[in-house]
Amino acid sequence: MSTSTIIRFENVTKQYDNDAAVLDNVSFEMERGKFYTLLGPSGCGKTTILRLISGLVEASHGKIYINDKLVNDVPANKRQVNTVFQDYALFPHLNVFENVAFGLRVKKLKNADIQKKVQEALRFVNLEAYENREISEMSGGQRQRVAIARAIVNEPEVLLLDEPLSALDLKLRTEMQYELRELQRRLGITFVFVTHDQEEALAMSDEIFVINKGKIQQRGVPTDIYDEPINRFVADFIGESNIIQGKMLRDFVVQFDGKEFECVDQGFNPNESVEVVIRPEDLEITTKEKGHLKVKVDSQLFRGVHYEICGYDENGNEWIVHSTKKAVVGEEIGLYFEPEAIHVMRLGETEEEFDARLEAYDDQGVENGN
Amino acid sequence: METRSRNLYLIPYVLWIALFVITPILLIVYYSFIDIHGNFSLINYQKFFTPVYLKMTLSSFWYAFLITAFTLIVAYPTAFLLTKTKYKHLWLLLIIVPSWINLLLKAYAFLGIFGTFGFANAMLEVFGIGTKQILFTDFSFIFVSVYIFIPFMILPIFNALDKLNPTFVDASRDLGASGWTTFWKVIVPLTIDGVKSGCQVVFIPALSLFMLTRLIAGNRVITLGTAVEQHFLVTQDWGMGSTIAVFLVIIMAVIMFFTGNRKRGL
Repeated sequence: MSTSTIIRFENVTKQYDNDAAVLDNVSFEMERGKFYTLLGPSGCGKTTILRLISGLVEASHGKIYINDKLVNDVPANKRQVNTVFQDYALFPHLNVFENVAFGLRVKKLKNADIQKKVQEALRFVNLEAYENREISEMSGGQRQRVAIARAIVNEPEVLLLDEPLSALDLKLRTEMQYELRELQRRLGITFVFVTHDQEEALAMSDEIFVINKGKIQQRGVPTDIYDEPINRFVADFIGESNIIQGKMLRDFVVQFDGKEFECVDQGFNPNESVEVVIRPEDLEITTKEKGHLKVKVDSQLFRGVHYEICGYDENGNEWIVHSTKKAVVGEEIGLYFEPEAIHVMRLGETEEEFDARLEAYDDQGVENGN
Repeated sequence: METRSRNLYLIPYVLWIALFVITPILLIVYYSFIDIHGNFSLINYQKFFTPVYLKMTLSSFWYAFLITAFTLIVAYPTAFLLTKTKYKHLWLLLIIVPSWINLLLKAYAFLGIFGTFGFANAMLEVFGIGTKQILFTDFSFIFVSVYIFIPFMILPIFNALDKLNPTFVDASRDLGASGWTTFWKVIVPLTIDGVKSGCQVVFIPALSLFMLTRLIAGNRVITLGTAVEQHFLVTQDWGMGSTIAVFLVIIMAVIMFFTGNRKRGL
């Protein structure tokens, strides 16, 4: 734990009545001033983490610290965090100004101060001219900004965002991704962003927590999560993947699809059963002779930036390829990939073991002068 | 073609309204201009603006206001607690069931409870306070009226509270508001429409209560409703009765107008 830690969960479990735990013995730390994303399918427990931080639900077990202070018994209205809710939850009986001013009025600030701060917050989200509008007169994107202004006007140390972009159309959503990231940089506070959209998570975050079934599956910077998924769930959930059963013959050599391939992974037991991930964009289409794999093209979709080609090799494994080159359905093609494109996953490996293995491997890399 | 068949469906409704709403009102207006000897005159309206009737109007208003206020004070917290219970619709049903019982029966039941040898006085005796005159007082009148109107007030408030999106409460807490502030600044304003309809369905009938005034209040409380009844059935002065009725209709229309739900987005 360092001084830059702002939120700390210690073995936190959340359980409703006698149902299975929504959040199962979760521990993590979050640093000040970073953009965190909690990513996972619906019902995985990501929103529960958010509500535990904001204080809207209480933990069944475990300890929650904000700023090194145990906050398990601190009610939501006494915590220095604010939330942007999924449906914005803007008060329909108040206009834009009064919605933003709500938190300040509760704190009984002077009218002049309220006026100044609200105007500043609205300017921050580019809504200066909208003070006197009713909420019902605002569009989806504008409501989103009002909700952000209402939260940041209270100068929270942590801003929690609960799938705030899910109600917007694609174009606006992409725009807001940039804006949110920019906003976080300007404010310099911690953002905890909840989403089920992996592209959103990869684009915006300093660090991603991938969550499934009440447990954190993997945490790390976006590129690590994408390039080194810990298990089948993460590999499948983040981006598209070709996942295939294989065997780690020895360090740097993996066998799958009946062939041996050079790879960059190590630290496995000899002949250990593993799963192998190759991203569709790392597969290159070439002639049958040059390719590592021979695949018969089954279908092809035009995706705009690339073609998505689906085919089967002679052992019946399905391969998805993203390529700017077109293939012909029914024809046999070769697939080529670099050793770096192969990612080997140990079955049932926990996050700690995974990190330890990667670290050992990094140290060795340094010794070898790589 | 389609609009014509739709108009066809309207016929029963229009007939009903014409026969049982419009015609009676027109008849009342007509009779209000007929004096006790059957001649056309404005004497009834002159009489209405004499202190006797003005005082009666004021006291009607005062009692209706008291009844509405006490009903609201009891009904809002009850409805609020109901929405928090597990089997809220069952509880709501239990609260509404008494309103299915005839008003007269309930009034007679209270005669028994509040009478000199009734349950209420027996309890006062037990606590050493001694027998009191409970029946035929303002207290008993308002108590029984409130009891009768409570279900009508709870229903619209319960519906408004039940429809209230709980994230608004979360948002308010998140922004630093205590439970009390959240209640007054978020929950109450967002359920005010339910409160308004509840007040309407209580205040307007309370203004013209007449049976309870005789049975429970022993004719010590004379409201406009009582006066209408007396003129039609006792003094046979239909003209004066109609005039008071006309004023009741006007007052109700005004109240409906001011407590009406204005359209609001979202």
